[in-house]
Amino acid sequence: MKKQSLWSFLGILIVSLFLITACSEDSSSSSSDGGNTDSADSGDKNTLVFGRGADSVQLDPSKVTDGESLYVTNQIYDTLVRYKEKSTEVRPALATEWKVSEDGKTWTFQLREGVTFHDGTDFNAEDVVFNFERWATGGEYAYYGYMFGATEDNPAGIIEKVEATGDYEVTFTLSQPNAPFIYTLAMPPFGIASPEAIEKHGEDYFKNPVGTGPFVFEEWVKDDSITLSQNPDYYGEKAKVDEVIFRVIPDNAARFMELQSGSIDVMNGLNPQDIEQVEGSEDLQIIRRPSMNVSYMAMNMEKGPLKEKKVRQAINLAIDKKKLITLYEGIGKPAKNPLPPSVWGYNDEIEDYGYDVEKAKTLLAEAGFPDGFDITLDIMANPRPYMPQPKMTAQVIQQMLKEVGINVKITENDWDTHLSKTENGEHEMALMGWIGDNGDPDNFLYVLLDKDNAKKGSAGNYAFYKSDELHDILIEAQTTMDKEKRTELYMQAQEIIHEDAPWVPIAHTTPPLAANKNVTGYQPHPTGSEPFNFLDIK
Amino acid sequence: MLTYIIRRILLLIPVLLGVSILAFSLLFLIPGDPAQSLLGQKGTEVQLEQLREEMGLDDPFLVQYGRYIGNVLQGDLGESVKSKEEVSVEIASRLPATIELTIFAMTIAIVIGVLAGVIAAVKQYSWFDNLSMTGALFGVSLPIFFLGLMMIWIFSVQLDILPASGRLSNNTELESITNFFLLDSILTGNWAAFKDAFIHLLMPGVALGTIPMAIIARMTRSSMLEVMKQDYIRTANAKGLAKPIVIFRHAIKNAFLPVLTVIGLQFGLLLGGAVLTETIFSWPGIGRYVLNGVLGRDYPVVQSSILLIATIFVIVNLITDILYKYFDPRISYD
Repeated sequence: MKKQSLWSFLGILIVSLFLITACSEDSSSSSSDGGNTDSADSGDKNTLVFGRGADSVQLDPSKVTDGESLYVTNQIYDTLVRYKEKSTEVRPALATEWKVSEDGKTWTFQLREGVTFHDGTDFNAEDVVFNFERWATGGEYAYYGYMFGATEDNPAGIIEKVEATGDYEVTFTLSQPNAPFIYTLAMPPFGIASPEAIEKHGEDYFKNPVGTGPFVFEEWVKDDSITLSQNPDYYGEKAKVDEVIFRVIPDNAARFMELQSGSIDVMNGLNPQDIEQVEGSEDLQIIRRPSMNVSYMAMNMEKGPLKEKKVRQAINLAIDKKKLITLYEGIGKPAKNPLPPSVWGYNDEIEDYGYDVEKAKTLLAEAGFPDGFDITLDIMANPRPYMPQPKMTAQVIQQMLKEVGINVKITENDWDTHLSKTENGEHEMALMGWIGDNGDPDNFLYVLLDKDNAKKGSAGNYAFYKSDELHDILIEAQTTMDKEKRTELYMQAQEIIHEDAPWVPIAHTTPPLAANKNVTGYQPHPTGSEPFNFLDIK
Repeated sequence: MLTYIIRRILLLIPVLLGVSILAFSLLFLIPGDPAQSLLGQKGTEVQLEQLREEMGLDDPFLVQYGRYIGNVLQGDLGESVKSKEEVSVEIASRLPATIELTIFAMTIAIVIGVLAGVIAAVKQYSWFDNLSMTGALFGVSLPIFFLGLMMIWIFSVQLDILPASGRLSNNTELESITNFFLLDSILTGNWAAFKDAFIHLLMPGVALGTIPMAIIARMTRSSMLEVMKQDYIRTANAKGLAKPIVIFRHAIKNAFLPVLTVIGLQFGLLLGGAVLTETIFSWPGIGRYVLNGVLGRDYPVVQSSILLIATIFVIVNLITDILYKYFDPRISYD
């Protein structure tokens, strides 16, 4: 091959590559609405593009528990009541008013008239009955069973009857008073679906969702994107954007670059180390979600030295939370209670154990372990929203406990394995966390610390902490309708938990989102999912 | 030759059976199960038991495996326990994305790799040789997530000339026929979509092609050097044949055999889905699908995907062997 021809060949190759990329700059393409590749704005449509790390699993909210599914279904469906914009108090949605009987067992809801599903069918009381009866039929309706205590013999759980007592009136009869009931009904999994669509699509309903919400489902390209359009007939505040596209961009760093290049408008899962860059940028803004989670170290009270209260208190004293919180890179606040401060009933009068190595050593000696002991700490391999760096957290705890003579061996597992190990009580100590569901204190304290939930195989109470005194208080709070009385009971409960020290509470996090400055009205909700009808792109 | 091909295809059966038993056992051995994964922390014991029963997870290993294989033999790849979608439907939507990316990446890798290797060999110890071999060393050593993120940063964020992720822009309409976007856009004569699909392929294609490109370049170079030392090349040169004729007519064909092996292997590897590339560039391919399947303990998804990937791998190897015979008639398979 002659030199010239080689160089001309390479030259042609480079030039043609340049031409192709240069062509992509002038967007004179004839695609449907101005094929502009470098902006999230598509021509004359006002489109919001939301970048996230994973795709939805199904778009039938009653069958899923993952946040990425519920995030989308919360736009498509309405619940009987919805959460207020900034708190876990509830406001009218498909129900306009409701009342509860003296004994707390009968709830009557007046429904909104003139509402239509996205498929054009009218919404009435029968539809609500249809949905609840559908959910009360088995294991696949995960959240229903979980929140209403379904069992194999009683798949409906605490809901004895759901009746249409009028065209626009629904009455629930419960087997026992349940104070959190109204907050639970606001959860996205209990979005009311069109019975006609469920019957029409059968097995395929999960990819053809039909609700009454502010957005209508348009298209789902698996692992890539979900497109929703504005519902022009929405009874409430109509969406200000014409279209929302949820795009899957698995890598956090790549997603952040997409935001910087302007091809997406909002993103979740921002790396904490990128917060500073967003705050210093003229085009971007940080949006912090109010915290409704807790991360903690559970101490299995059925194992060796951890049976002793003094040992658990000593471990609390030996851990310097101020140091631990630096691993949270500005998205965490130290925790002293299982409840996050954003949930009502939070007891701020409790004084945390503080960091005191000498006192910890004294307590260990009193408990009969003057030379400390060996113990294992189980951790999850992947970061969680409430714990960005599980491994580093564990290593720092290991160092701190070494100071008081406790030798920690760390065992790392993937999330599912970690869950099944800890639920079976195979761990001694374990890093854990919880994201609240309905904003009721019961959803933290009863679920995570009551003896009812310390059963091997499906424990939510990973400390296997079985206090009768606490149980009585939590059950009373569950069945009392008076919120003031309930607040008082939860205050007491937190004192008992603090004294018995089944956990080392670590932190509450505010997972950051980042958005372009031109996105307005984005109000992230503590529950982790918010309707998009209030936001706009200027 | 035909008997050889038939024999190879028959050999597929025990291989795939072995692969599927291995995959099924491995999934079975790791703790956790689809029911646990589905409910996460939000499930009661009763629900877990009920779900396990519904999914048939309570049955012994052999019963579950037998049921799975029975279904596969009837052409039913099962249903994803998480998404309730037919696995065959899910694979059919993702495999074309992976194949398209692989062909694109390998085309770049072969063209540039072979060219660089040949020139480097012919001009041994020249600056081009040193440069391209140093480049190849870099290509093999660069972690793909670093390379990928750097490319996105330069071409999308700074220069704003290439899209950072996905297969098409949000507003590009394309009628899907085969799910190969370049092909679909040609079939429907939609040139705007063709251009859009092409520029979306560029970055992931180059990133994915870097390692095979480097391997091919180095293999071509050493193989060419080997051949250039042969007597018949010296004879050809002595006869006064023009250099290009010596290289292209005599040397390359013989030097190409070891390169072909490398190409075949790399091709098979990439077709299994490139998890890192697909993650960085949000490419909805089979690699991420299998990874999510493993993480979610989605037995049918993992099983069927692995069967399929193994099948593809074996078929690519078979094609490589047949091509081998074409390039080297001395090889006999019969």
